[in-house]
Amino acid sequence: MSEHSEIDQPSGRSTTGHEWDGIKELNTPLPRWWVLSFYATILWAIGYWVVYPAWPLVSGYTTGLFHYSTRASVAGDLADLERLRGEKMAVLGTASLGDIEKDPALLALARARGKTVFADNCAPCHGSGGAGARGFPNLNDDDWLWGGSLDQIMQTIQFGARSGHAKAHEGQMLAFGRDGMLKRDEIVTVANYVRSLSGLSTAPNFDATAGKKIFAENCATCHGENAKGNQEVGAPNLTDQIWLYGSDEATMIETLTNGRAGVMPAWVGRLDPVTIKALTVYVHSLGGGK
Amino acid sequence: MTSPPSVSKSMTMGEAGLASGLGVFAYVCLFAAAMGHDTAFTFHASLATAASLIAVAAILNRYFARPTGLPPQEIGGRPNYNLGPVKFASAMGMFWGIAGFTVGLIIALQLAWPVLNFDLPWTTFGRLRPLHTSAVVFAFGGNVLIATSFYVVQKTCRTRLAGDLAPWFVVVGYNFFILIAGTGYLLGVTQSKEYAEPEWYADLWLTIVWVTYLLVFLLTLVKRKEPHIFVANWFYLAFIITIAVLHLGNNPALPVSFLGSKSYIAWGGVQDAMFQWWYGHNAVGFFLTAGFLAIMYYFIPKRAERPVYSYRLSIIHFWALIFLYIWAGPHHLHYTALPDWAQTLGMTFSIMLWMPSWGGMINGLMTLSGAWDKLRTDPVLRMLVVSVAFYGMATFEGPMMSIKVVNSLSHYTDWTIGHVHSGALGWVGFVSFGALYCLVPWLWSRQLYSLKLVNWHFWISTIGIVLYISAMWVSGILQGLMWRAYTALGFLEYSFIESVEAMHPFYIIRAAGGALFLIGALIMAFNLWMTVNAGEAREAEGAGVLQPAE
Repeated sequence: MSEHSEIDQPSGRSTTGHEWDGIKELNTPLPRWWVLSFYATILWAIGYWVVYPAWPLVSGYTTGLFHYSTRASVAGDLADLERLRGEKMAVLGTASLGDIEKDPALLALARARGKTVFADNCAPCHGSGGAGARGFPNLNDDDWLWGGSLDQIMQTIQFGARSGHAKAHEGQMLAFGRDGMLKRDEIVTVANYVRSLSGLSTAPNFDATAGKKIFAENCATCHGENAKGNQEVGAPNLTDQIWLYGSDEATMIETLTNGRAGVMPAWVGRLDPVTIKALTVYVHSLGGGK
Repeated sequence: MTSPPSVSKSMTMGEAGLASGLGVFAYVCLFAAAMGHDTAFTFHASLATAASLIAVAAILNRYFARPTGLPPQEIGGRPNYNLGPVKFASAMGMFWGIAGFTVGLIIALQLAWPVLNFDLPWTTFGRLRPLHTSAVVFAFGGNVLIATSFYVVQKTCRTRLAGDLAPWFVVVGYNFFILIAGTGYLLGVTQSKEYAEPEWYADLWLTIVWVTYLLVFLLTLVKRKEPHIFVANWFYLAFIITIAVLHLGNNPALPVSFLGSKSYIAWGGVQDAMFQWWYGHNAVGFFLTAGFLAIMYYFIPKRAERPVYSYRLSIIHFWALIFLYIWAGPHHLHYTALPDWAQTLGMTFSIMLWMPSWGGMINGLMTLSGAWDKLRTDPVLRMLVVSVAFYGMATFEGPMMSIKVVNSLSHYTDWTIGHVHSGALGWVGFVSFGALYCLVPWLWSRQLYSLKLVNWHFWISTIGIVLYISAMWVSGILQGLMWRAYTALGFLEYSFIESVEAMHPFYIIRAAGGALFLIGALIMAFNLWMTVNAGEAREAEGAGVLQPAE
């Protein structure tokens, strides 16, 4: 191999004698630190194989000195977490919703649990802070579709609204236009009437008397004679400034024409009972709880 | 049509075979297009019909235009190198590079401002992301690898590329595969395997192209005029063979219909995951490492005009790298359903891979000994050398991230993205840029249009890389820490969405880094364009340099 080798001037090394397209190679030995480091990583790997599960066998595998398993390790971590959360978690399961709110330690625990569950499950619709969005109620205010007491909130979380669960809240805003119960001009009239209830401006030629009559015949059943709403059927109060879908005339006409039936999923079965309790307390404490 | 066909001229087996084969293929694809079950399949079959017909026309046109004989193997005792396919692949590499970096910038901006997906199915992150990865890895990187391998194997074997039409079939066929893959992503065609998203028909086509590539490369090696095989060619050959094996192992699929784009992978569950990451990691190991190390081993000594630092190191680190890399895939599946023993093997082999990787870095960097002063004056060499430095950094970071305790923090976070891009932008990108800056003037026998612009490219892109990877390190570690933070009461401190909100500033910095990298590449494209079209002529490559090696 060294038949044509020569000494490379800058490095003082000999070349191997090979040459390709003008490229030669030096006969430099392997750097010692490189060889030692390579051996060290190999030794470390062999050591690791002795200690941890490593090589497959005909049936099974070498389990290592301590029979380590990721599954057992996760189980251990979860047990540690239970210990950290402490006995209060068990109390949370048995205490009533009212008792939880009275005991500061329990309340803090329930809120801490509720906050994480809310962020991962409820925030996509209701927002990180529970401020809601169009079609998704704000949970910070004191305007509730299905009631804002602890029990009512828990009922809603457990079974949802129009979720398909047998115990879900039912009742919906009917499609008065699409289903032919009201004509287009009647819808415009009653939309303006509803706007007038909360002090919003109305169209110049709007007939208030006709609007009131249409409202009484079609809407009052659910929203009440005074339009203050009815939580039994999830009918919102139409006299306040809070609107789920919007209060402009076009939106109201859309609501009256096609109806509304937003869905709140049922969480029973998806979240365990203690978690639902904690979530109830958390939502109740957001600011609008009754 | 320079000379009329003479009486004695006849088609070669290759010309007749390929033209008639593609003719039949066009006919079959026409039927497939007419009977296809979905729009994407019909579209792709139509593309294949058109491409086959164009190819047949090109083959016939070349036949009528060429003199009686094929190009000679040697002219005046010197090899008659086949540079056409190299030029084509180099140009396509530059084109796909710009395309891939641009799509990368778009999806980086989408992550910062999701509204930029415009609510259109074709421009959602889920479709553009594989378009980006495939465009940069397989289209940009792949074309650079094919171009340089076809160049280097000829020069270092002192022989013309094997095959007549075969090298053209490889470069054009490969780019047609990219066209099918890329348009498929935009239309929503995917088999949902990372870096192996193209569907069954694209996979079959790639198999044909790749086997041809292997044959061209191997047969060129076989007819070499040098006694030994140059180290770069070992790496190219390892890359080509292993990618063939990986492609076949990861992609066996049963189409729902041979007239539709949907198929199902033969593997299921954790076995599929294991196959996927055996493939995925070795796409990094053999495509993005072995292939580009081959580029390093030719272009750095050539540009620095220095011998390769250590022949022994090149042998030892080559075989160690080849043997160890193939085991490391399971480190992508730490803390999953993959059995513990497989995770251990993936991790320990990754650690053992550290020094073999650094062997390449040492050989690349130390080749500069005696020529370090050239870094001051030659920005192309600087680009090549900095790429090796990034290679060293990424191949230290990789083994470190494969350690399970580190991985428990880094996995699923942006740290992984940062790691990949320090390798992709720093190593693969820069070594490719350096190689193209050398190759284009050599191929077109021109002086490089402007070294000053190379210098601008170098600094703008380097700043871009630093912004990119440091933003991803910070955001990745922040993510990892936020996800594992518990309150004193034993509950998660942060929700997932809070960690997403915390990423926002880093995503903007990352996009800025990507924009700088793209600007650098645009400067390069301009520089190369001007080199080819307005550069000063230089002496034909190798006129005074090529000496027989005895």
